[in-house]
Amino acid sequence: MKRQVLPVLLLCLPMLASANTPPESTKPPTLYEQLGGKDNIRVVMDDFVARLKQDSRIGNQFTHTNAARLASQLTDQVCEATGGPCRYIGLDMKAAHAGMTITKAHFNALVEVLVASMNAKGVPFDLQTDILAMLAPMHRDVITVR
Amino acid sequence: MSARRMEPGLLALAATFLLMPAAQAATGKLVLTGGITSVEGTAGGGITPWAMIGTQATENEWGVSASSSFTETNDYRLNTYGVAAAWNERVEFSLAQQRLDTGITGTALTGSDLVLEQQIIGAKVRVFGEAVLDADTRMPQVSVGVQHKRLDANALEPTLKSLGARRSGTDVYVSATKLFLAPGILVNTTLRATNANQNGLLGFGARLGGDESRHQIVPEVSVAKLLRNNLAVGMEYRAMPNKLARAGQAAGLSNGLAADDWKDVFIAWAPHKQVSLTAAYVDLGRIVPATTNNRDQRGIFVSAQIAF
Repeated sequence: MKRQVLPVLLLCLPMLASANTPPESTKPPTLYEQLGGKDNIRVVMDDFVARLKQDSRIGNQFTHTNAARLASQLTDQVCEATGGPCRYIGLDMKAAHAGMTITKAHFNALVEVLVASMNAKGVPFDLQTDILAMLAPMHRDVITVR
Repeated sequence: MSARRMEPGLLALAATFLLMPAAQAATGKLVLTGGITSVEGTAGGGITPWAMIGTQATENEWGVSASSSFTETNDYRLNTYGVAAAWNERVEFSLAQQRLDTGITGTALTGSDLVLEQQIIGAKVRVFGEAVLDADTRMPQVSVGVQHKRLDANALEPTLKSLGARRSGTDVYVSATKLFLAPGILVNTTLRATNANQNGLLGFGARLGGDESRHQIVPEVSVAKLLRNNLAVGMEYRAMPNKLARAGQAAGLSNGLAADDWKDVFIAWAPHKQVSLTAAYVDLGRIVPATTNNRDQRGIFVSAQIAF
């Protein structure tokens, strides 16, 4: 019997391990501050939208997209989500993508393009994963073809 | 003498892949999120399965991967070749060929060079969970799998027979994997029901000196840290059954057939989305200590995988 306890506990390990332990210091900088504020986020998003339009896998979904407007909306969205003084006003993710054909491959392609932009604009990897961790769960609303 | 017996199986699988509509085979997964290929042909770490479904295929996609690995310890060399096919991040089928050059042990036990060969047919099904994208929950991705193994022990067959070890066996496992995306840390735990001696390369179970043929549940753990989106370092631990130990004592070898748990530290790198390279330092503990001076088998592991 005792032999079985350890394996079962170990199987639960991924569920128990803490995803992110907040630092103890009094006022840690927000992710927004670490990213260098709204202007820096906008630089990444302008690059991101330009790359999206050129991407061979998903670029055709953005042919009629107003680049400046999308970059502005994405900037507001990331700014707000990272603790910045912005408010995203626009459709929620589900409504924004309804009617489009978006597979998980498309979603992952978009993640790859975002990573390429963050690399190009010098966003440190630990901040990249913080941002991706906030955005990745949106796959539930963004992917329309399961 | 080498992989001749395996060729029909490999050819059949290769033919299946070639017949698959090329347009469906795809690479929609994020880099490295299909894991690498273990020495048993299953997607995972180097020595343990993960809940990830292998290849670079994501939902609604077929994917194929081929891999090879080489392990060299103080007294042994292991070559593996594997192919895998996966669909929809739901099911994975795999075929692996292991070839163990037994070095001094084979010479001591059989009087000449001895190569052990093992074929492993594997299947894995994702039950629930999304290990990578569900970053807002602690729920892991969970898969169940089976590995059927057939050993061709060549000149060692009489020895295994006298120890009462079978030459085929089936492992069943459940794996839970989670990538904690913000800190970039991956945790996998696997529970395996097995009666395999040294993953089957020394047969399955034993009967000499008492019945040790039943399956037991052993834990396996991997932890990895992403350094970049295409570079990870980590460590693995795989508990081993010790079913030949009693038979070894009954055969007058004292602790000469004792087995220890396997461990490794690894670095995995994907220079290209469809290619991953892994190097590891392994410690497989004692493997037939009777003929190897009771040495721990430490050494290196390298592996390469390509996905289509």
